[in-house]
Amino acid sequence: MDFTLDQKHEMARGLFRDFAETEVKPLAQETDETEVFPQVTVDKMGRFGFMGIPVPKEYGGQGCDPLTYVMCVEELSKVCATTGVIVSAHTSLCIDPILTYGTEEQKQKYVRALATGEKLGAFALTEPGAGTDAQGAQTKAVLDGDEWVLNGSKCFITNGKVADVYIVIAITSVTEDKRGRKKKNFSAFIVEKGAPGFSFGTKEKKMGIRGSSTYELIFEDCRIPKDAILGPEGKGFPIAMHTLDGGRIGIAAQALGIAEGALDRAVAYTKERKQFGRSIAAQQNTQFVLADLAAKVEAAQLLVYKAAKAKETQKVYSVEAAKAKLFAAETAMEVTTKVVQLFGGYGYIREYDVERMMRDAKITEIYEGTSEVQRMVISGALLK
Amino acid sequence: MNIVVCIKQVPDTAGGVKFNPDGTLDRASMLAIMNPDDKAGLEAALRIKDATGAKVTVLTMGLPKADVMLREAMAMGADEAILVTDRVLGGADTWATSSTVAAAVKKLDYDLIITGRQAIDGDTAQVGPQIAEHLGLPVISYAEDIKVEGDSVVVKRQYEDRYHMVKAKMPCLITALSELNEPRYMTPGGIFDAYDEKEVTVWGRADLTDLDDANIGLAGSPTKIAKASDKVAKGAGEKVNLDPTESVNYLMEKFREKHII
Repeated sequence: MDFTLDQKHEMARGLFRDFAETEVKPLAQETDETEVFPQVTVDKMGRFGFMGIPVPKEYGGQGCDPLTYVMCVEELSKVCATTGVIVSAHTSLCIDPILTYGTEEQKQKYVRALATGEKLGAFALTEPGAGTDAQGAQTKAVLDGDEWVLNGSKCFITNGKVADVYIVIAITSVTEDKRGRKKKNFSAFIVEKGAPGFSFGTKEKKMGIRGSSTYELIFEDCRIPKDAILGPEGKGFPIAMHTLDGGRIGIAAQALGIAEGALDRAVAYTKERKQFGRSIAAQQNTQFVLADLAAKVEAAQLLVYKAAKAKETQKVYSVEAAKAKLFAAETAMEVTTKVVQLFGGYGYIREYDVERMMRDAKITEIYEGTSEVQRMVISGALLK
Repeated sequence: MNIVVCIKQVPDTAGGVKFNPDGTLDRASMLAIMNPDDKAGLEAALRIKDATGAKVTVLTMGLPKADVMLREAMAMGADEAILVTDRVLGGADTWATSSTVAAAVKKLDYDLIITGRQAIDGDTAQVGPQIAEHLGLPVISYAEDIKVEGDSVVVKRQYEDRYHMVKAKMPCLITALSELNEPRYMTPGGIFDAYDEKEVTVWGRADLTDLDDANIGLAGSPTKIAKASDKVAKGAGEKVNLDPTESVNYLMEKFREKHII
C-alpha cells in the first residue's frame, strides 16, 4: 500500500492549485457577495481542459483518472466552493451518465461539447415533494409519436439556468406488483436548453455556494426527440442512483477542499494574531484544536481518494462514495465552525474567507444525498 | 517548421534566495521552476505551433531533476524534450553552457531557436546570444512580439525607451522577454501524456560529438565568481512630517535630486 502520489498526480495538483490561486481566489468573495455565476472562470476552465478531466480523449476529454478530477474539485474548493460544485455537477452528474449509459451517437453529440467546456451540464432528479424520497417524484414523460412529452418540475438544480444539457429523470410508466401495489418506473432523458415547453422558475437564494446557479426547471408539454432517452426505458432510477454515487465523490472532494482551505487559513491567522502578548498559535487550546482538525482533514482526504480509486477500478462503489461524502462533509462543517471560533470576531466578518467557508460547508451535508442518506447506504451494506 | 526552445530550471527566487557557505546558490532548499523568460519563449513557440503546426522541441542542460520541468513543457504542448546532463558538464559558466547547448542544437533540425533573455539565477543574458554565435546565426534579443512571415520572422525588439522592428530570415535565434506573453497553463491530459506517452531524451557528454572538452564544465569556464550575495537589505529610510503641499514639494525635490524626473 502506497499513500504517496506519483509525479504525474503531483504535477496535476500543482496545476489546479496554481489555477485556483491565480484565477479563482481573487473572485471568490465577489462571487459570494454578488451571487453572480463565475462565467469567466468557467470559460477558462473549459479552455484548459478542467471541464472534462476523467473523460476519454476520443470524446474530447483529458483522458485522466477519477483521482485527478477529484483533486481538481478539491483544489478549486479550497478557495471557492462555488467553482468546485460547478465542475462537480457538470462532470459527475451530466457527463458521467452519458458516458456510462449513452449510445455512441449521444456520446458524440453531447460529451465532446461538454468535456471541452463548450457546453455546461446539469442533472435534475429532486422535486419539491421528492428529496431523499426520490421515488416520490411526479414529473412524467409520455411517448407521443416520435417525441417524449415531459410535464412536471424539478427544483434545487445546480448549474440550473446556465447549463445547456440536462439529465432529467421522469416517470415513464406505472405498473402494479402481485399485491396490487403501484410502482413508478422512471427513465432518464437528455434535455437541451431551448426545448419547447422547457423553462426556468425562480432562482434560489442560498446560504452558501451563492455563485452557483440554482434554479427550478419547469416542463410544460416539453417535447424532446424519442432518441433523447438515456439508457433503457424504465431504468432511470438505477441510472440516477449510480450517477449520484459518482457525484458524491465529487461533493466529498468539494467538502474536503473547503475543510483544507479553512484549516490553511487558521494556521496562517493563529500565527499572526496576538493576544495576551503572544500569538494565539502559542496557546495550547489553539494547538489542540488545530491538531484535531488536521487529523480529521487527512482522514477525509484518504477516504475521498480511496473512493476515487474505487470508481476507477470497481463497478459498484456506493459504500466507498457514501463513506467519503459523509465523513468529508461533516469534517468540512466541523472544521469551518471551529476555524471561525479561532478567528473570533474576525471570523464572523465577511471580509475574512472563513465566514463564507462555514456557510458553503453546510450544503455538503445536504445535497447529493444528505448525511442521513449516506448513513443509510453504509449501514445497509453493513447489515445486509 | 522546427522550433527549438532552450529552457532552464532555476530556483524560485520569489521566496528569497539562500546560499551555501561557499557562496554558491543553495539550489536544494529552493523550489525549482521554469525560468520565466524561457517560459515566455516556450509560449511564443507554442503560439507559432498553434498557428502553423510547427514542431516544438524543448532542450535543457541541467541536473536529472530537470526532467520535471521538461515534462511540464510537454504538458503545455511541446512535442519533444531533450535533457543534456552529465557530471562533466557541471559548474559551467555562460561560455561552457552555450558551447554545450549549441553542440546539442546542432544535432537537431531547426528553423528557429528561442531562448529566454536571461535566467533569474544568473541574470547574465549571455547564453542566448552566445548559442547564436556558436551556430553562426543572426540573433534578435529582447523580443516582445514575434511573427512568422514566410521564411522570416518579424520581431518587436524592446528597449527601455523605444523598440525596433527587426526582420530576419530563418534560421535565427530570438531571446524572449517574460513580457512577451502570458504563458498558458498545462492541461490535465497534457500532464498525463507527458508521463504516460512521451519520453525525455537524455544526452550525455558522449552524445555531443561536435564539442571540445576545453569548452565544457567548470574547467572550461573562464568566469570566476569572487562573491555572490542577495539583495542588500534597505535601511530604515527617511521619515518626514509635513503638511500635504510641503510633502509633495519635498518629494519632487528629492526626485529631481536623484534624476528620477
